[in-house]
Parts: sequence; C-alpha cells; structure tokens
Amino acid sequence: MYRIVYSEFMTSSNDRVIEIAGLYKSYGRLEAIRGIDFHVNRAEVFALLGPNGSGKTTTVEILEGHRNRDDGMVDVLGHDPAHPGPTFRERIGIVLQSTGVDPYLTVEETICQFRGFYPHPRPLEEVLEVVGLTDHRATRVRRLSGGQQRRLDVAVSLAGDPDLLFLDEPTTGFDPAARRLAWELVRNLRTLGKTIFLTTHYMEEAEQLADRLAILVEGKIVALGTAGELMSRDHLSTIQFRQGLSTAVLIKDVTDEITLTDGVFSIHTTRPTETLAKITNQATQLGLELEGLTVTGATLEDIYLRLTDTEASKTRKGNG
Amino acid sequence: MMRKIQLGIRQLRYEALAFTRNPAAAFFTFIFPLFVFVILNQLFGDLVLQVEGGETNSATFYVPAIAALSVVNACYTGLAMSMTFSRDRGLLKRLRGTPLPVESFLIGRVLFMTLVAIVLVVIVTLFGAVFYDIAVPTDTLPALLITLGIGAATFSILGLAITSFIPNADAAPAVVNASILPLFFISDVFMRIDDYGPKWLLLVGDLFPVKHLSQALQTAFNPFETGTGFEFAHLGVIVLWGVVGAFVATYRFSWEPRL
Repeated sequence: MYRIVYSEFMTSSNDRVIEIAGLYKSYGRLEAIRGIDFHVNRAEVFALLGPNGSGKTTTVEILEGHRNRDDGMVDVLGHDPAHPGPTFRERIGIVLQSTGVDPYLTVEETICQFRGFYPHPRPLEEVLEVVGLTDHRATRVRRLSGGQQRRLDVAVSLAGDPDLLFLDEPTTGFDPAARRLAWELVRNLRTLGKTIFLTTHYMEEAEQLADRLAILVEGKIVALGTAGELMSRDHLSTIQFRQGLSTAVLIKDVTDEITLTDGVFSIHTTRPTETLAKITNQATQLGLELEGLTVTGATLEDIYLRLTDTEASKTRKGNG
Repeated sequence: MMRKIQLGIRQLRYEALAFTRNPAAAFFTFIFPLFVFVILNQLFGDLVLQVEGGETNSATFYVPAIAALSVVNACYTGLAMSMTFSRDRGLLKRLRGTPLPVESFLIGRVLFMTLVAIVLVVIVTLFGAVFYDIAVPTDTLPALLITLGIGAATFSILGLAITSFIPNADAAPAVVNASILPLFFISDVFMRIDDYGPKWLLLVGDLFPVKHLSQALQTAFNPFETGTGFEFAHLGVIVLWGVVGAFVATYRFSWEPRL
C-alpha cells in the first residue's frame, strides 16, 4: 500500500498525457508488473525509478505499444497503445536500450531518413545541435563512440518533433560528465514543452530531473509523487555518530532501525527528537562524547533504499 | 496505400547507401554470381548444348541459370541475411516505434534486392551476347520479365520466412547457405542436372522452386522458342511456394531477436 500524495489530484484529465490503471504483465510464470496505477501530466518530466528487473522497461514498452499487456487500462495521448490510431506514432519519440540504427549510414542520413516518416519533422540542423552531433554529421554510425551513438538515438527520437518522449535508462553506462550533459539535454527538452517519461535506476537522476516520480519495485509502485512529497511523507531523519568504546550501550533502548557502516552508526527514525534525547541523555549520564554527531533529514536515496529493501524482503518472505 | 508505396520507394535510397558501404553484402550479393558466371562460361561456355528445338552453346544455358542464381542470391540469401542483422541490431524495433508502415520498409528492402538482381541479369545477358553470341530475348521479353518478377517475389517471401527460423546473426550464414547451396547443384544452376543426375535427385530438385525458376528462364532464353516463352507449370510451382512462404513469414515475423 502506498500513499497517493497531494499532487496526484491536482491535474484534470485533459492535462494528462499518460494514464495507467491496474496494469498487469507476466512473461510466462514471471510476473513482471503486478497492478500499477499512475498518470503523467503534460510538459512534465516523470521518472519511473526502480532497481534492475523491477519492470521499468516492460512498462515503457507497453506504453509505446511495443509490448502487449495482460490486463489494465492504458491511455497515451488519447490512444490505447495496443490498438493505436495512425497518428499515435507521429507524436511519440522513443529511446530504448535495445534499439539500434543502420551502422553504414551517416549521422545526417540517419536523421534525415527518420525525419521523412513524420508529418512535421524538426529541422535537421536543430536536431543535430540539440544533441551536439553537428560536428559528426558526416560520420558513419559504426565509427561513433558509444556515447555518440546514444546521442544519435536521442536525435532520431526527436526527428519527428514528438509531444511525448520515452527515455529508457538514458544514461546507463555514461561517465559522470556525460551524464551531466545528458541531464542538460533533458532539461532543454522540457523547456521546449515536451512531456518526458524516463526510467532509471539512478536515484540522483530521478531527483535531478523529475517533476514527479514513482518508485517501482518488483512490479509494484511503492511510492508516487514529487520528490519533496516523498521526502516529507515519513518525516524520516538520520542520526549518525561514530562508533566508540562504550557506544553500544547507548543504542540498547533504541527501537528504530540502526545500521553500522565503516564505523558509523546510522539510526533511521521518524521521531528524531525523542530518539536523540534518549541517546544524548544516556551519553551524558555515562560521561560519553558522541563523536561526529549529526542529524539530517532523509534524502530521497534513503527512502529509495528503504523501499526497495522492504519490498524485496516482503517478496522473499512471501515466496519463502 | 499510395503513401505506403511512396515511403517504400523513398527507403530505396537508404537501402542503396547501406548496401554499397557494406563490403561483405555487396560482394556476396553482387560479385559472387558474376564470378560463378565467368568461370563456368570459361570452362563450359562453348560446349554443345542440346535444347528443345536444336543445338546451341552452353552459354545459352548459363545466362538464364546465373540469372536464376542472381535472383535467389539477392532476394532469398541477401534478404534473409540483412533482415537478421537488422533485427539483431535493434533496427526493426526502432522502426516499429516510428510511423513508417511495415509494408513500406519491406517494399524498400525487397525492391532494392530485386533491382540488384535485375542489374545482374542485364549484365550476364550482355556478357553472354557479346562474348558467346547468345540470343537476347525479344519476343520472349515479357515472359522473361514476368518470370523474373514472380521469382523475385517468391524468393523474397521465402527469405523473410527463413529469417524467422534464424536464431541470431551468427547463425545466419549457416542456416541460409545450408538451405540453398545444395539446391544450386540440383536445380539447373551450376549445371544442367538432367544430363547428369540419378532420377531421385532430379525429383528432389523438382520439389523446390529454384529449378522451376531456372527452367522457366531457360525457355525465355531459348533461341528456338517459337511461343511467348511462358512456362505456366513452372511459374505455378514458384507461386505456390510463395503463397506457403507468405503464411509462414506472416505468422512467425518478429521485430526483435527471439531470446
């Protein structure tokens, strides 16, 4: 059970570019998607965040019509992707991990080829510039680096000037510098008024780019809303201090979750004031100093790790 | 429908660019039949050939035989290889996400391979005319063109059908060549099998469409042919294979590699 937060009720149906209700998909005995619901608003960046194998790619492929669902309602730009009208594919752009282009054509030829499929394509020069491949326009695809090929993928997806872009794990395999550039690109696309649906397993990417996000774990959505909403939902805080000689006694009354990493105790609690008081009172009574004591609000990463861990162990218990 | 054809023809440009820049594809599809043609003619071209209606030289056999080889090599082998590679590279999946109709994509690819085959037929015909004095079909020209068209269509369909049985790009040369290479020996392509083969081998060859294509083309190139040159029985077998192949191809077509 997850909490739908305030932002979910803000938009009317007209502004919704994607609506999913009760989506199910199995591959044989493997249940990839086990009943998910969410929507995506016009001109926002929506991130579907989850660990590998959680069902992200399956969700994207169902949304863009490549894969059939087993059950549920899906509406993308007013079409059912399983039975789309003729204009559906004219309005979407797709960057998947498992697609490719002809290796023997040049960058320019590839983009031109795809531009010709659409009624209102973007100008070639503009597309080249947006992805930063103007200098390589005459290079054959097989001579491009991995990152350049990825950018060509994005260029191809933009060629038709789509209203909605699907980006499946767009920066996987990128070095940090390339990742920043890719994020810049996504932000630029957003200012052009496009709606962007991206999947990722990088917490930071979702945090940096997304207006709203959903966390998908083992086929179920465990959190949904804006980053701010997710972070404030549990009022989760972290108390940290370094492990010392007698510090074990300090935590014996603490009922919250405690982890010990590299000699640092981390206590995740929804009642930081109370918990902190417990520990500091004990420490004062015993004359101990808590070295490196910090209290921080939960980051999205903490929430993410918690949720993925919880759900995974739930499933394990269920199957055990 | 018009738009689908227009888009298909537009695709030809990109197919041509990709093909000519791919040395392996260009060699095996284009050079190989010419290579075989020149060698076989060098060895046997001037030998006496008995045909229906009289005697002529063996080049009169080899021109239509290699014409058949060209069609099969481009439309079946070439198409199966290029489709498998496109599928494995994720190109088919990519195209599927665009408004390009699947018919347009196939028109572009099949039409291009057919044009390659036709260019080869023209080359071998001219070569045969210049160096071996063979008769260039005039009265039988309609029959020749229609036979080539039907051959191209059927073998393209079969090329698409066999693609669905090829697990990956590595296996492609093996599967495709294993399926077609033996046939070239028993289907009046490398030699006229009726002159050499035991009866059972002739029958096996008759089951498959390659021999029927070659023999239909033989008639079109026969200098003693008095009729229109149409071999309806042979064409019928070729069409039948095309129909069966179409069912298989449609049923089994996949946009991405089977895992």
